[in-house]
Amino acid sequence: MKIIILGAGQVGGTLAENLAGEQNDITIVDTDAARLAELSDRLDIGTVAGKGSYPSVLRQAGAEDADMLIAVTNSDEVNMVACQVAYTLFRTPTKIARIRAANYTAKEKLFGGEAIPIDVIISPEQVVTDYIKRLIEHPGALQVVNFASGRVQLVGVRAFYGGPLVGNQLRQLRKHMPNVDTRVAAIFRRDRPILPEGNTVIEADDEVFFIAARNDIRAVMSELRRLEHSYRRVVIAGGGNIGFRLARSIEQKYKVKLIERNPARCQTLSEQLQKTVVLEGTGTDRDRLLKANIENTDVFCALTNDDEANIMSSLLAKRLGARKVMTLISNPAYVDLVQGHDIDIAISPQQATIGSLLTHVRRGDIVNVYSLRRGAAEAIEAIAHGDAKSSKVVGRAIEDIDLPEGATIGAVVRGEKVLIAHDDVVIEPEDHVILFVMDKRRIRDVEKLFQVGFTFF
Amino acid sequence: MHLSVIAKILGLLLMLFSATMLPPVLVAWIYQDGGQVPFLTSFVIIFVTGLLVWLPFMRANAELQTRDGFLVVTLFWTVLGAMGSIPLILVLDMSITDAVFESISGLTTTGATVLSGLDEMPRSLLFYRQQLQWLGGMGVIVLAIAILPMLGVGGMQLYKAEIPGPMKESKLTPRVAETAKLLWYVYLSVSVACALGYYYAGMEPFDAIAYTFSTVSTGGFAPHDDSVAHFNSRAVELNGIIFMFLGGCSFALMFTAWKQRSPLVFWRDPEFRVFLGLTIVYIVIVDLILWFSGVYDARHENLIPSAFQVVSFSTGTGLTSGSAALWPSMVPFLLVFTSFVSGCAGSTTAGMKVVRAALVFQHGVRELRRLIYPHGVFALRFGRRPVDDQVLQAVWGFVGVYITLAVLMVLLLNATGMDIATATSALAASLNNLGVGVAGVADGFADVEASAKWIMCVAMLLGRLEIFTILVLFTPMFWRQ
Repeated sequence: MKIIILGAGQVGGTLAENLAGEQNDITIVDTDAARLAELSDRLDIGTVAGKGSYPSVLRQAGAEDADMLIAVTNSDEVNMVACQVAYTLFRTPTKIARIRAANYTAKEKLFGGEAIPIDVIISPEQVVTDYIKRLIEHPGALQVVNFASGRVQLVGVRAFYGGPLVGNQLRQLRKHMPNVDTRVAAIFRRDRPILPEGNTVIEADDEVFFIAARNDIRAVMSELRRLEHSYRRVVIAGGGNIGFRLARSIEQKYKVKLIERNPARCQTLSEQLQKTVVLEGTGTDRDRLLKANIENTDVFCALTNDDEANIMSSLLAKRLGARKVMTLISNPAYVDLVQGHDIDIAISPQQATIGSLLTHVRRGDIVNVYSLRRGAAEAIEAIAHGDAKSSKVVGRAIEDIDLPEGATIGAVVRGEKVLIAHDDVVIEPEDHVILFVMDKRRIRDVEKLFQVGFTFF
Repeated sequence: MHLSVIAKILGLLLMLFSATMLPPVLVAWIYQDGGQVPFLTSFVIIFVTGLLVWLPFMRANAELQTRDGFLVVTLFWTVLGAMGSIPLILVLDMSITDAVFESISGLTTTGATVLSGLDEMPRSLLFYRQQLQWLGGMGVIVLAIAILPMLGVGGMQLYKAEIPGPMKESKLTPRVAETAKLLWYVYLSVSVACALGYYYAGMEPFDAIAYTFSTVSTGGFAPHDDSVAHFNSRAVELNGIIFMFLGGCSFALMFTAWKQRSPLVFWRDPEFRVFLGLTIVYIVIVDLILWFSGVYDARHENLIPSAFQVVSFSTGTGLTSGSAALWPSMVPFLLVFTSFVSGCAGSTTAGMKVVRAALVFQHGVRELRRLIYPHGVFALRFGRRPVDDQVLQAVWGFVGVYITLAVLMVLLLNATGMDIATATSALAASLNNLGVGVAGVADGFADVEASAKWIMCVAMLLGRLEIFTILVLFTPMFWRQ
């Protein structure tokens, strides 16, 4: 596929890296020639220096025969104009843009149809906020992703001593919980994937990914580790876009304190938030953290746009007694350094948002893509089309589907019903199939599986 | 430095190169000239060597760094030059020095030859020499990137180390493999057109193909001792002029022109305009000198053969339509010096390239203006595009090192016993991949000292890989971990 990416920032760069590895023709456009040179040195992509909304720059980037335009520059306005230009002058089939300002996104009439021709609007801040919110709702989980509008969830947890299943074979799971249907999709032991089978023994410190209906998640987690109490008190450091959105979405259910450095911003925050206590100061200020009652806090979230400040304030909060700390870290090199030691969960905004973009790039009818374990693995929700003749999945029992190595089917969603994948479940047309792919290099094979043969048309 | 990956790629490239021994086998079979056995033997030797280098490292896997790229490319061209000499040794029983000289001369599209009596030689061997040049023209590594998908990301590092010109980052398509493929398609199309042209100009098919190989690649080998003069045909010479000139143009530009279906693309390219202008100026000067000194009798007899010579020299091709060495006045050395500028970036020519010469010239003009307005700010532009100072610095660095090297090597050649005029001509013939000489080497390089031949071999490789790719290997920093 020929894809033009506007903006070589964090999202654009990560996206280019992800897509270039998958046999796509990527051209990336940015005004910063040095940043482009650095990218093209590392990746097999084309680069064009210039303003992404200019027709001449787009033409130079190959807009005339591009299949997709992804506008993720810093400016909402440039992104919108670029999509308009691509539509009017080049008839680019798919246009995706990042729009941050809620003032624009709130007016749905603005986009699509006769108005600004953007097919998909992505809002990374919202995606990251949702991501953190799910983690807060599921204490102990490393990563939680939704499928089929949240009816099914895939959860990653670290197994601990004390969980009833730890040290036992996977097939014991059924005996322990006859009423709960779940499927373990993958196990990572010391960062190496293991294909889970009935006789696989779960060890302490394994990272286990399982799929279950939303209501069963807690029950399954209790098998793998001592269950943590639900969180109640949350402290957020950083009242930027993400901090504010998070506070707003959870303040009804949790006791939220928000620490923000900028006095003027504090004023705005306090006006717009109902129950949240807004404190002026920085998260790296010991005194301020103590005042926020940090020793009795369940979760501390460091969400400023400064990696170092986030890490330091998280370490400090942990030392002062916060039970869990979650830290927003953009620099991938830092994530490996700190995760799992004092910082419980490092959240990479790029990895959290990349999935929502990959959804539109993948071939076949793909509803959701989530990047797991910092991009090494991927979870996919695909719709099976066609019939037994034209499709490689429809009409077959799961055990008969020729899955690529390292891929497992976790669940099937049929209408409102959630079927956890057992070997004898037969896929029907229009089923949503949820797959877990341990090795991203196999993504191509999975896509092929869900593409309908030519007889369908 | 990933030595295991470098060895793996090297082995793979050698196996790929061994396949080029097969077309001469076919030629040998058609003409029954007894070349089958030597070429098949060479095929086996090169293939097995490649296999032996590849096998121990076949599982090695790491991304190529920029540094590795330089090493792979230099190693590959050197090893290829050596391996390419095997059939020459087997068929003609040449000395190693002569065979390696001939092989590197072919591969680097130089076209300097130590052979004479070509008309009596087996056609398979003649074909092989021509084919070497054709492969070297667009670059064997670019070919490998186009057909071996495994070179993927690392391919860009190799591509940068092999492709000529100051702006190496520019690709035609986002993916380097696609770019390499397109370049080879263009190269192939131009070659087919050239062969048809020669055929209709009256050559037999074998000659048409053989001359195409050395014309489009701006090589210069010919399957006849008297080169193009053998045909004494204005049509052949005209076709040669056109395609040597095209060989001196950027192949990326040709692709763009073809894609937009507009020859105006050529005209809009500033480098092309300068190249065309220079070529015309050369032709006019040479023609006037010849006219006034009465070398040719009639005006109409004069123009095409002399233009052929001029284009042949200025693109560093080295096909001849007579002996330019015997021409009067400054003409022989004027022609030799035109090869220092040579063709455009991204063409099959060596030399410093038109774009660099033009930039250096413009920079000189800017300095002059600064003398007049010490506080003036003058942007340097090429065509309409402003030129980045960093590019300019790189160009100056290149030109400086190129000229220094040229002078040093002239002195070295001089030390082997050549007189200074001959040494200058021999240096230009090798470093600029020109291939023909004047003065003492006007009749070929067979009588040159062995030591001088090796110096020329180094100069040819330096010229083809634009010196820095090789020179960088001699800096201690390159080898420091």
